[in-house]
Amino acid sequence: MFKSMFDKLKKGLQKTKKNLIPFRGKIDESLFEDIEIALLKADVGVKATEEILDFLRKESKKRKIKEGEELKELLKEKLIEILKKCEGKLELGEEKPAVILFLGVNGSGKTTTIGKLAAQFTKEGKSVVLAAADTFRAAAIDQLEVWAERSGARIVKHSQGADPAAVVYDAVNSAKSRGDDIVLVDTAGRLHTKEHLMKELQKIKRTIQKLMPNQPVETILVLDGTIGQNSINQAKTFKEATDVTGIVITKLDGSAKGGALIPICQELCIPIKFIGVGEDIEDLQPFEAKAFVEALLE
Amino acid sequence: MFELLTEKFSNVVEKLKRVKKLDEKTIDEALKDIRRALLEADVNVEVVKQFLDDVKQKLVGQEVIKGLNAGETVIKLIYDELLNILGEEAPLEKAEKPPTIIMLVGLQGTGKTTTAGKLAKLLKSKGYAVGVASTDVRRPAAGRQLCTLAESIGVPCFIDESEKDAVKLTEKVIEEAKKSGLSHIILDTAGRLHIDEELMDELAKIKEKVHPTEILYVADAMQGQDAINTAEEFHNRLGLTGVILTKLDGDAKGGIALSVRKVLGVPIKFIGTGEKIEDFEQFHPDRIAQRILGLGDIQTLMEKMQAAIDEDKAQEMAKKVMSAEFTLDDLKEQLQMIRSLGPIENLLKMIPGVGAKIKDLKVDEKQFIKIEAIINSMTPEERANPHIINGSRKRRIARGSGTTIMDVNKLLKQYKEMKKMMKKIKKSGKMKLPFNMPKLPF
Repeated sequence: MFKSMFDKLKKGLQKTKKNLIPFRGKIDESLFEDIEIALLKADVGVKATEEILDFLRKESKKRKIKEGEELKELLKEKLIEILKKCEGKLELGEEKPAVILFLGVNGSGKTTTIGKLAAQFTKEGKSVVLAAADTFRAAAIDQLEVWAERSGARIVKHSQGADPAAVVYDAVNSAKSRGDDIVLVDTAGRLHTKEHLMKELQKIKRTIQKLMPNQPVETILVLDGTIGQNSINQAKTFKEATDVTGIVITKLDGSAKGGALIPICQELCIPIKFIGVGEDIEDLQPFEAKAFVEALLE
Repeated sequence: MFELLTEKFSNVVEKLKRVKKLDEKTIDEALKDIRRALLEADVNVEVVKQFLDDVKQKLVGQEVIKGLNAGETVIKLIYDELLNILGEEAPLEKAEKPPTIIMLVGLQGTGKTTTAGKLAKLLKSKGYAVGVASTDVRRPAAGRQLCTLAESIGVPCFIDESEKDAVKLTEKVIEEAKKSGLSHIILDTAGRLHIDEELMDELAKIKEKVHPTEILYVADAMQGQDAINTAEEFHNRLGLTGVILTKLDGDAKGGIALSVRKVLGVPIKFIGTGEKIEDFEQFHPDRIAQRILGLGDIQTLMEKMQAAIDEDKAQEMAKKVMSAEFTLDDLKEQLQMIRSLGPIENLLKMIPGVGAKIKDLKVDEKQFIKIEAIINSMTPEERANPHIINGSRKRRIARGSGTTIMDVNKLLKQYKEMKKMMKKIKKSGKMKLPFNMPKLPF
C-alpha cells in the first residue's frame, strides 16, 4: 500500500522534474532560495514556507550542517514532524449503521471519493447505503447511481431539487431498519462562503442525529489537491460550521503536490484520512506523512 | 490614515511614509509585501518574480503620487500594472458563417458543464439561437447533466449516449445541431483529473473536425501553483482563444488570472460568480486586480486619492453631513456610491473604527436594494422632509417599493438615528470623508 501511494505520487511529480531542489553540494543562500521556491510551488503557502525556512536556517547553524544532502534530511524531518500529527484512519465505531457525511466545495471529488470508498467497503463484505443528498447539481444523482451499480451498494434517492435532509432521513432510517453497516452521505458541493448552504449542512447533521444521536461517526471534508491557498480557508470554515473530523485530499496523482496540507495540518490539526492518487478504486489510500513528504521532495 | 490599510500592506505604508521619490530601497521594501499578497492569491511563483522584476524597472525614479505616501504609491502603480496585464475586456468572436462553435475545455471539476449552461443562457438572452452539445463519453451521466441544464434554460441539447467514440460523437452532434439552424453551438468536452495524452489527442481531433471559432479554457479560480502548467499544456496543444474563470463567488483570489495572462497571453473572457445559471458575466480586469492585491487596500487608496484630488466635492458632502442637512436623497446617493465600489462587507471593513468590530459581520446586500426602493418610492418632498410621511403615505411607499410598512418605519427610524449621530459627530468635529458614515442603516 505504502509503496504504491509513493509511486503514484512520484509519478505525478516526475512531470515537474525541472523544479527539483538541487541538494547536492554545500549549503549556500541559493539553496535556501531554491527550497523556498519549491515549497511555494508545492502550494505550501507563504507563511508556512517562511516558518520552515527560518527553522532550517537556525537549525542548520545549530547542528553545523554543511552539506545539501543533510539539509534535505532536516527539511524532510521537519515536514514529517508537522504532518505526522495529522495521520488518521477512518473510525467506524461500534454502532450500526456507521454514518459518514461528506462535504466539500464544488468539483472537489466528493461523489467519486464516496464511490471508491463504497467499492472498498463492499469488497470487505460490508453492506453500504449511499444517500444521494446532492439534490442540487444536475445529474449528481445519476452519477452516484452509476457508482452504486459499480460497487454493489444500495442507493437512497429522491428527485432533483428535493430537500437533502429528507433524503438523509430516509437513507439512515432504512439502513437502521435493514441492519446495514455503513451509510455514506453525498452532499451538494458548496463554496464555504455561502452561509445558507453551510446552515443546510448543519440541518443534515441534525437530521441524522434525530435518528441516531451518536452519528455521523465521521464528517469528512473532501479537498481538491490542486487547489492553492484557498483550501486553508475552506478547511477553516467547514470546520467551524460542522466540526469536520477528517480530510480526504484528492487529485494528487497529477503534477500538483498538495502542499497546502502543511499549513492546514499546522493550523487546524484535522486528521487526514485518505489521499486520492488516481482514478481507480484502490487509488484512494490511507495518508502517510512519510510517503507524502518523500514524494514532495524526491 | 494608516489604520485604513489592512495588515497586509501596513508595513510598507508605515515604513515608507516619508520618502518623496521612489528609490530602489523604497521599492524593494514595498515589493516584499506585494510579493506576499500575490503569492497568497496563488499567482505562480515564477510569474510573481518576473512581474515584480518588470515593474521594478518602471518604478525607479517615479514621483510619489499626490495624496499618497511612497509605499502607497508603489501599491497604486502595481495595481495599474496589474490592470495593464489583465488587459481589455474581450468579446466573443463570431464565425463568418454560422454556427459559431465554442469549444469548452479544461480539467474535471472546474465547472465546464455548468459554464456551458451559463454561456448558453447569456447568449440566448442576447437573442442568439444557441444549442449545447456534449462530447464527453467518459464521465457517467455527463451528457445528461448538460441536457438537464439545457432544458431548464430552454435551449436544445445534443447528445448520443450510445456513441462511445468522442470524435465520432462530436461529428454526429454537430451535424445534428447544424441542421437546427443555430447561430451558436457550445461544445462541452470531457475533462480528466489531470492532463493525459489520450485526452489531449481526443480534443485535438475534435478541434480538427469542427474548427471551433473559440476554444475557451475553463479554469477554477481556486487552483494553486500548478494551474498554469495545466493551462499551458492545453494552450500548446489546442491554441486557446480565451479563458473562463469559475468559482469566483468564493473567497479565492483568482491569481491564476494573472498567471494565465502573463504566460499565455490569452484574454480572460468571462467569469462565473455563483451557482445560479445567471451568475456569469463579462470579465472586468479591475475587479480581479483588486481581488488579487486585496480589495480593501486598493479602494482605500482610490478614496484617498479621490479625497486629495477632488477635495471640493468631499468638502461639500462633509459640510452637508455636519450641518445635519443630510436628506434621504443624500443617503440614497451615498448608498449608491458605496455599492458601486464593490462588496459591502469589504468596504465596511475599511471604515475607520468600524473595521475591527465587524470582522464577522455578514451584510445582506438585498437590504441596500430595499432601502433604495423605499426611497425611490417617495416624492421629492418626502425625501427632503421625512417628517411629513404619515400613515397613508407610508402605505403608498410600501406598496410602491414592494416592501412592508414595517420596512418603511425601520428605515425612517434608522435615518433619524443617523441624523442624531451626525449631530454628535459634528460637535466632536471628526467627520471628513464622505464615506465615514457613523452607522449604516441596517
